[in-house]
Amino acid sequence: MKMKRGLKLLALVGVLSLVIAACGGGEGGDTSTTAGEAETTTSAAGEETTTSAAGETTTAPAEGLGTIEVAAGDPIKIASLQSISGETASLGTDQVRAIEIAITDKAEILGHPIELAFNEDDGCSSEGGQTGSTRIIADPQVVAVIGTSCSGAGVPASNVITSAGRVLISGSNTSPVLTSDLAGNESSEHHEGYFRTAHNDAIQGAAAAKFVFEELGLTQVATVNDGDPYTQGLTSAFEGPFEELGGTIVLSTAVTPDQTDMRPVLTEIAAAGAELIFFPIFQPAGDFVAEQALEVAGLEETVLMGADGLLSDTYVVLPQTEEMYFSGPQTPTTDAYAEFVTKYTEAYGEAPIQSFHAHSYDASNMVFTAIETASTDDGGTLTIDLQAFRDALHSMTHEGLTGTLSCDEFGDCASPNIDIVQNTADTADIEAVRGNVLISYSREDLGL
Amino acid sequence: MTQAATVEARPARRASRITPVTLFLWGLRIVILAVILYGSYLSISSGRLSAAQWRDLAVFGISTGSMYALIALGYTMVYGVLRFINFAHGEVFMVGGMMAFYVANALAVTPLWTSSPAVSLLIVLVAAMITSTAVAVIVERIAYRPLRGAPRLIPLITSIGASFTIQYLVRGLVGPATKSFPRMEPLRGTVEFGGFVILRTQLVVIVAALVMMAGLYLFVEKTRTGKSMRAVSEDPETAALMGINVDRTIVNVFAIGGAMAGVAGALWGLVFPSINFFSGFLPGIKAFTSAVLGGIGNIVGAMLGGVSLGIFESVGPSLVLAGYEIPAFSQLKDVVAYAALVLVLIFRPTGILGERLAQERT
Repeated sequence: MKMKRGLKLLALVGVLSLVIAACGGGEGGDTSTTAGEAETTTSAAGEETTTSAAGETTTAPAEGLGTIEVAAGDPIKIASLQSISGETASLGTDQVRAIEIAITDKAEILGHPIELAFNEDDGCSSEGGQTGSTRIIADPQVVAVIGTSCSGAGVPASNVITSAGRVLISGSNTSPVLTSDLAGNESSEHHEGYFRTAHNDAIQGAAAAKFVFEELGLTQVATVNDGDPYTQGLTSAFEGPFEELGGTIVLSTAVTPDQTDMRPVLTEIAAAGAELIFFPIFQPAGDFVAEQALEVAGLEETVLMGADGLLSDTYVVLPQTEEMYFSGPQTPTTDAYAEFVTKYTEAYGEAPIQSFHAHSYDASNMVFTAIETASTDDGGTLTIDLQAFRDALHSMTHEGLTGTLSCDEFGDCASPNIDIVQNTADTADIEAVRGNVLISYSREDLGL
Repeated sequence: MTQAATVEARPARRASRITPVTLFLWGLRIVILAVILYGSYLSISSGRLSAAQWRDLAVFGISTGSMYALIALGYTMVYGVLRFINFAHGEVFMVGGMMAFYVANALAVTPLWTSSPAVSLLIVLVAAMITSTAVAVIVERIAYRPLRGAPRLIPLITSIGASFTIQYLVRGLVGPATKSFPRMEPLRGTVEFGGFVILRTQLVVIVAALVMMAGLYLFVEKTRTGKSMRAVSEDPETAALMGINVDRTIVNVFAIGGAMAGVAGALWGLVFPSINFFSGFLPGIKAFTSAVLGGIGNIVGAMLGGVSLGIFESVGPSLVLAGYEIPAFSQLKDVVAYAALVLVLIFRPTGILGERLAQERT
C-alpha cells in the first residue's frame, strides 16, 4: 500500500513536469490572460508615494498620474528591461549597451546624474516581461523603462508599467498588437504610456510582401510563426498585403520556439508547394528551419526569408543561412550614427551585434528630453510630473540616429524605412549583411 | 471461509467487474480509437502528402526516437534499481552534447576531420560518453548516495535540484550563447538503403543507437555485472546478502546510463547542430515520457517507447490533426507526444512492456 502511494506521488510529479514542458511550448499563446492578471497585481496610478534616497517621505498630489521627486544630488532613475540571456541575448544586449552610451553622452539632467537603476531580463517571453516589469515598478523612483526587446514580453510589461503611471518605451518591439494597425485602429494590447522607436510590423510585413511578389516574382508562399506576438503579428502583416498583391499563402503554420525537429512541418510546406518560406521567428528555431530545409525533399529550390528577429550576429554566420533574405529596419548612414558606432566599438570591443541599438539610443534620449520638459526645479529638488512627462513624449519631435521621431496617439514614434537585405557568400558578418541592401521601402512606397 | 460463502460471492464479484467506471473506460477507448482512425483516414485520403513523404516522416521519427531511447535507458535503469526518477539525466545528456561540441570544434580545424571522418566521429562520441559518464557518477556520489535509504521522494526532489545545478554550472562555464556544431561534409546528403532514400546523419544515428542498445542488452543479460544489476533491481537487500556490492552496482548503473546519454548527446549534435546550457531539458522530458511509455524499469521497453514516441510526434500531427484541418498543427507536436503517452497508458496502464511492474516489490 505504501508503495502505491509513492507511485501516485511519482505519477503526480511526472504529470506536473509534463505540464511544465507543455506550458513552455505555449508561451505567448496565453498572453491575454497574463495581461489580465496584471491588472490586479499592480498598483493603480496616482497613489504614488515618493521616497527620496535621503529618507524623507513626501506624498504626491493625487491628481493626474502623480509626481516623482528627486532630491538634490540624487540620481534620476531609469530602468532597462531587455532580453539579455538565452537565444535572443544579442537583441537585448545590443540595446542595453546603447542605453548605457546614451546615459554617458547625456551625463546629467538639470544637475542630476542619470542612473540605470535596473537591468532586468525580459526573457523574450510574457512571463519574463511580467516579472521584470513588476520588479521595476516596485521602485517608485523609476521614471521610465526602456524595453522590452521582444513584443511577447512587451504585452504584459506595457500593462504593468503604464498602470503604475510610468512610461515604457521600446527600441525593438514591432508587433502591431502593442500600438495600432497604422490605419487608425487601436490594438487590443495598447496602453496609454507605451511608446516605441522601432517600426510597426504593419510596415515591415507589407515591405516583405511587396519584395517577394514584385522583386522575386514568387506567388506561392508559406509562412511560419512561433506563437509569439511578434512573429504572429509579422506573418499576418505579411499575409494580408501579399494576398492583396495577388499572391497565394499556400500554408500558414506555426512551430514552437524550442522545437528542434522541423522536418515534419517542412514536409508539409513542401507538400503545399511553397516557392518561398517566410519565417520571422527567433533563434534557435530559425537555425533548425534553415538547416533542415536543405534536407527535405521538394524544398531544394525554395527560397528562405526571415526578418529582423533573425538578423543577428549569431544567425547570419551559420552556413545554412547563406542566400537567405531578411527584412529589417534601415541602417542609418548619418555621421551621427557613425560616431555612435565608434563609441560602441570602443566601449564594448565589437561592432553593434543587432539591428536595434540606434532605436534604443533614440528612445533613451527622448526620455531624457521629456524629463527635462516635465520637471520643475525647486532649489535642487526636481519634481517630475508623470502626466506632463507622457505629454512631452507625445508632442516631441526628436531628431535621432534613426531619423525624425514624432509619436502618434498610439505610441508609434518612427516613420521608418524597411531594408531588404541578403546574406551571400561575401557577407561575412552582421554588419556586411545589413549593408547588403537589395531594396529599401519607405512608408509612402507601401501606401501606409 | 466456507464453501457456500465462496459460491455465493462469485456472481457478486462478476457483477462488480462491470462497474460504470469500466464501461466509461471502454467507451473512452473506443471513442479515442475512432477519432484517431477517422482523422488518419481523412488525412491520408486527402492525398496531401505523397507516400514518399509519409515514409520520410516515419524515418525522421525513428531517428529522433532512437535518441530518445538512448536517453530513456538512463531513466529506466535508475528507476529499475533505485525506484526514483533521476531528473538530472537530461542534463547529463546536455553535458555530453556540450563536450561533443567542443571536441568537434577542435577537430574541425585539423586535417583529420576531412581525411577520416569516421575516426573523428568516434573521438567525439567517446569524449561525450566519458564526460557524461563522469557527470552521472559524480551526481550519484554527491547527490544520491547520501540519501540512500531515505524515502524515494527525497532523491527525486534532489534530482531536480541537481538538474538546475548542472544547467547553471554549464552556463557559468561556457556562457548562455547557443553554439553551432561544425558541419561534417561526408555526413551530408542521402544514401540509398534497401530501397529507402534516407539522410546520412539519420542512418548514422539509427545505426549507432542500435549498436549501443544491443550492446547494453547483451551486457545486462550476459555479464556478471549485468546479473548483479538485475539482482539489485529485484531486491537490493537480498542481493547484498548474496555478496553483491550494492553501492558499486548502483554506480555501474549510473555510469552506463550516463554513457548512453553521452552518445545520445553527440548524436543529437549531428542531427540538430546547435546546443546551449538549456538543451537537455526538453529531450530529457521526452525521454522520461518514452521510459514511462515503454514501461518504466524495463530496458527493452525504454527502447521501444523512445522509438514509438519519436514516430508519434513526427507522424502524428500530420496524420491525425491535419485530417481535422486544425490550423498550425505542427506547433502541437509536443501535445501529440504527451497525448500519445496518455492514450497508451489508458490502454495499457503499465506501459508497452510494463508487466514487471505488476509483480513489483512492495
